[in-house]
Amino acid sequence: MRMPLSWLAEYTDVPEGVTGAQVAAALVSVGIEEEDLHGGDITGPLVVGRVLEFEEQVQKNGKPIRYCVVDVGQHGQMLTEGKHQEIVCGATNFEVGDLVVVVLPGGVLPGGFEISARKTYGRVSNGMICAEDEIGLGDDHAGIIVLDELLGAEEVAGVKPGDDAIALLGLGEETIEANVTPDRGYCFSVRGLAREYWHSQGSPAGGYRDPALVEVPAANETGYRVVIDDDRPLGGVAGCDRYVARTIRGIDPTRPSPKWMQKRLTQMGMRPISLAVDVTNYVMLAVGQPLHAFDVDKLSGSIVVRRARAGEKLTTLDDAERALDPEDLLITDGGEHLLAIAGVMGGASSEVDDSTTNVLVESAHFDPTSVARSSRRHKLVTEASKRFERGVDPQLAPAAAQLAVDLLVRYGGGTVDEGVTDVDHTTPRQPYLLDVTEPGRIVGVDYSRDRVLEVLRVLGCVVEETGAGTDATHVLVTPPSWRPDLVDGPDYAEEVARIEGYNDIPSVIPTPTEGHGLTHGQHVRRVVADALAAAGCTEVLTYPFVSDGLADELMLAADDDRRHAVRLANPISEERPLMRTTVLSTLVDALRRNVARGHKDVAVSEIGLVFRPHGPVAQAPIPGVDGRPDHALLARLYAAVPDQPRHAALVACGLAEQAGWWGPGRTVDWSDAVAAVQTVAAALAVPVVVANDRDRAPWHPGRCARISLTDGTIVGWAGELHPKVLAALDLPARTVAAEFDVDVLTAASAEPVQARQFSTFPPALTDVALLVDVDVPAADVEAALRRGAGSDLEAVTLFDVYEGEQVGSGHKSLAYRLTFRAPDRTLTTEEVNRFRDAAVGAAAEAVGATQR
Amino acid sequence: MSGPNTNYDPVEVAALEPAAVQAAVDAALAAIAAASSLDELKAARTAHQGEKSPLALANREIGALPPSAKAEAGKRVGQARGRVGQALAARQAELEAERDERILVEERVDVTVPALRRRLGARHPIELVAQRLVDSFVGMGWEVAEGPELEAEWLNFDALNLGPDHPARQMQDTFFLDPVDSGLVLRTHTSPVQIRTMLEKEPPIYIVAPGKVFRTDDLDATHTPVFHQIECLAVDKGLTMAHLRGAIDAFVQIMFGEGTRTRVRASYFPFTEPSMETDFVCFACHGSGSTTPGSAAQCRTCGGSGWIELGGSGMVNRKVLAACGIDPDVYSGFAFGLGIERALMLRHGVQGMHEMVEGDVRFSQQFGMEV
Ligand SMILES: [Zn+2]
Repeated sequence: MRMPLSWLAEYTDVPEGVTGAQVAAALVSVGIEEEDLHGGDITGPLVVGRVLEFEEQVQKNGKPIRYCVVDVGQHGQMLTEGKHQEIVCGATNFEVGDLVVVVLPGGVLPGGFEISARKTYGRVSNGMICAEDEIGLGDDHAGIIVLDELLGAEEVAGVKPGDDAIALLGLGEETIEANVTPDRGYCFSVRGLAREYWHSQGSPAGGYRDPALVEVPAANETGYRVVIDDDRPLGGVAGCDRYVARTIRGIDPTRPSPKWMQKRLTQMGMRPISLAVDVTNYVMLAVGQPLHAFDVDKLSGSIVVRRARAGEKLTTLDDAERALDPEDLLITDGGEHLLAIAGVMGGASSEVDDSTTNVLVESAHFDPTSVARSSRRHKLVTEASKRFERGVDPQLAPAAAQLAVDLLVRYGGGTVDEGVTDVDHTTPRQPYLLDVTEPGRIVGVDYSRDRVLEVLRVLGCVVEETGAGTDATHVLVTPPSWRPDLVDGPDYAEEVARIEGYNDIPSVIPTPTEGHGLTHGQHVRRVVADALAAAGCTEVLTYPFVSDGLADELMLAADDDRRHAVRLANPISEERPLMRTTVLSTLVDALRRNVARGHKDVAVSEIGLVFRPHGPVAQAPIPGVDGRPDHALLARLYAAVPDQPRHAALVACGLAEQAGWWGPGRTVDWSDAVAAVQTVAAALAVPVVVANDRDRAPWHPGRCARISLTDGTIVGWAGELHPKVLAALDLPARTVAAEFDVDVLTAASAEPVQARQFSTFPPALTDVALLVDVDVPAADVEAALRRGAGSDLEAVTLFDVYEGEQVGSGHKSLAYRLTFRAPDRTLTTEEVNRFRDAAVGAAAEAVGATQR
Repeated sequence: MSGPNTNYDPVEVAALEPAAVQAAVDAALAAIAAASSLDELKAARTAHQGEKSPLALANREIGALPPSAKAEAGKRVGQARGRVGQALAARQAELEAERDERILVEERVDVTVPALRRRLGARHPIELVAQRLVDSFVGMGWEVAEGPELEAEWLNFDALNLGPDHPARQMQDTFFLDPVDSGLVLRTHTSPVQIRTMLEKEPPIYIVAPGKVFRTDDLDATHTPVFHQIECLAVDKGLTMAHLRGAIDAFVQIMFGEGTRTRVRASYFPFTEPSMETDFVCFACHGSGSTTPGSAAQCRTCGGSGWIELGGSGMVNRKVLAACGIDPDVYSGFAFGLGIERALMLRHGVQGMHEMVEGDVRFSQQFGMEV
């Protein structure tokens, strides 16, 4: 919402010499956020120019460029003696003879953009022909400003080349743009912003002049007939609870709106169109009441406000045909002919045009919800819908209509009908019994009763100190009609705090007494992340979105539950509509990007949630909000949310250890991935078991480890990725990866570790070489050795693996060092030999091992 | 040396003469002094202290002397052997020290050659910033709460007083699950964690909730569809906006340094009433709006205003407490939060969102394991 300082000064006292920045700061102090500051930041020469001729050339990039000669009056030939101004222009929305806005060398545009004569597209451009956004008039950058279009031919009739465009367009004056929060609909008007500025100045008596305080004739029976016939109110709220209609006849359709009004509309970022339209817009900006002007001669019956019927269509002012929904509230002519979507946009057929002489002004109040839904449904956000959605003052309609009537009569030369229609179904606001200590208790500042009441009164509330329920600390408060947001104690607390000044709220550190620190799971996550980093992985955070084709690229089997993914209805990219079921599926993107950027040796890791629906997505209930949903409903709500276990993954390629003075580098391999998972498990003191997994996509079937807890619960998988997967995903050959379930490790490490007693007697070492079938997993051999060796076994170390001639094909030799140590004595050689033989015996039995 | 005298020969007794003993000592000392290595010293030791050295031989002769002469000769030879022994030990120590020194010199290497052969990992700074904030709040007695990223719509919107028609709900561009009426969304803020906590836990509640959130924005310098928030919620008896401000001040000082001042103003959020917006004084220009004193050049961190917007906050709306089954007449609460990416951009001068989401290892690596 914009506001020029001169307009502000009409409604409230603004001290002499106050700048736009100061006004903006004052508004911020009462909670109205500054969006921007326009105007006052252009220094000339910014002048009117007339395009005398141009030569258009299409550039190599296909873009047309116009080399223009422009008459800029007395400012011409500043740089090229004897000629009109030569200016290069990239826009094509103008003709020879058009009046345009030209900034000449030496001028400075908003943002400190200095203009000088410079060579562009092969020729010197002595200035620039301006678009709206370049001079802070609006956001339009589709083409340059053509003054006839911006201001209308009549307005431009007296304008000649060389005239000062800063004054013409009102750019010399500062205009504040405020960001209006949804609870302050009344600030979508100069009336509302001026009131807030007045509050920021301490609300001095007589310092605010409400523009809506005008004489309005009483409603009567002779006005234009209006019927409100809402048979389907939304949530029991009438779609329209007030409809004021006034008729003005005999307006001269050739008369433009006055210059001052056009200038203000331009400053507000709107375009002057015609007197009737300009007046409705002007009044809306002034007081916040959206108005609509109908051509009375295009109406045949009474105005009927009703809901749409199935199948109805309306072509709106923007020339779009809208299929209406039964929830849309409509303004109709006699109930049949459709005129407008109430509070959103009018139809083309009843629009005022350049032959309209008799105008019906609609000033109505519509249900915010109804307007919001229609606006959203039709993707139609208008100045009217923005205001109705946030709540328009329901008592404003008669005054706003009167303001419009007065302006139309004065500038259009018409006369107003005696008839005044005011269908008023509004109900007066009920007073709220306020505990005057509540604002202080909420804010934490001891406000006196007197000060609370004083603040409420300057805000426009009616405060009654007598009546039902009132006592020393309770008063009855009726908020002003423009404040639908003031409902209960906290609302009033905010008002008192903001008028008193939010910055006076002290800073008191709260002191909770029951903190238990991080949970076990939160600690575990940090350990996992730190252990992965210590293992050489760089943590990254990838978007969890994947493509439909990824499951195939990962070679997941048809019945693999990792194919059951959640689908987004509105993904960022149609190419990635699914939520990941594994972290690896998006982590590979990060690896690929690093490789593409020249990092050949990379290890990246990520910890994050994966999305694992079981079966089709269940419908989550949407309970009411009046109280805690009951147990069963809440249980259904929680259950409808798909499982989201926390996984960790890593993926690596290239060298694990660099080449250097110590020798050649070492390429990362499957064992690095396995070791990383073991490192994490060891960091959490969780024992894990490694097994060969010959069938786990997306890993290489011969180089994949399944890592489990000792009870068999799977932690995850690690190894080299399948060559076909690497090809499909465009990843380097021999890329390795691991993915594991952090939640499993969390559960497995939940109990405190119980310390073992360890022996201080010397260890006894003995080596044993076992011959086994080549397919026997080393892990099985080790498990058998451990089983057989007895309780004094301390460690088993596989220190050599040999396959070759000496052991014959189909076999391998595994060399183990067994470390024994008893808790209470030094073991004898005989004892150690016996244990070793028992271990070998167990291995022989379990996996057919023979001692070499 | 003191073995039985099997070689008795009276002719040899001349070896015990003082001059002969002195000559043997002189020869020994000269040889010891001349030894320039431990090997040479070893040879000298054998020659002058060994079993066949002159002094050892002389010593053996003592037994052959008459008792009256034994004492004197024994003393003379003993002293001589003592002097030789001392000289040997001293030279031995000298030569060993020289050798040790030489070895240390010979073993020297150039330690400026690369030492790191394993690749180093690093944590992502977004996680580290969250961790730092979380730790500080945990230290003040708060707890950490988390929730799912794919969330029930009711928990993400309705329970937070964001009804289906609320204008604020339209401001947030939400990822909806297919089918759209499933009642499930990717959470648009971490606030559903607050709701889950309030639904399941009796006050007092003091939680900090970091996490990933989603909005349907395209990636550009200041937007990303996936980003991170951290929110704090407190529900207890007697909490006021002053406590809210105190908690925010603590938060700001953790991130941007002791004594960082804040200013507050009224705002609007559906889930809080009253609501508040906080700015903190720019740490780059200390509120002056210009990084170079006296210059007109605007501070790039704050855009010249001297203040940086932190984020929204407020007292938990009574309707929100009620929807979670907490009696708003007994308890009050406050909540505030901010985007972690933005904090990272401000605190560490990160130029844009791209660096944070692309996964280029160079980005995380420059931060190491702590921010
Ligand atoms: Zn600054």
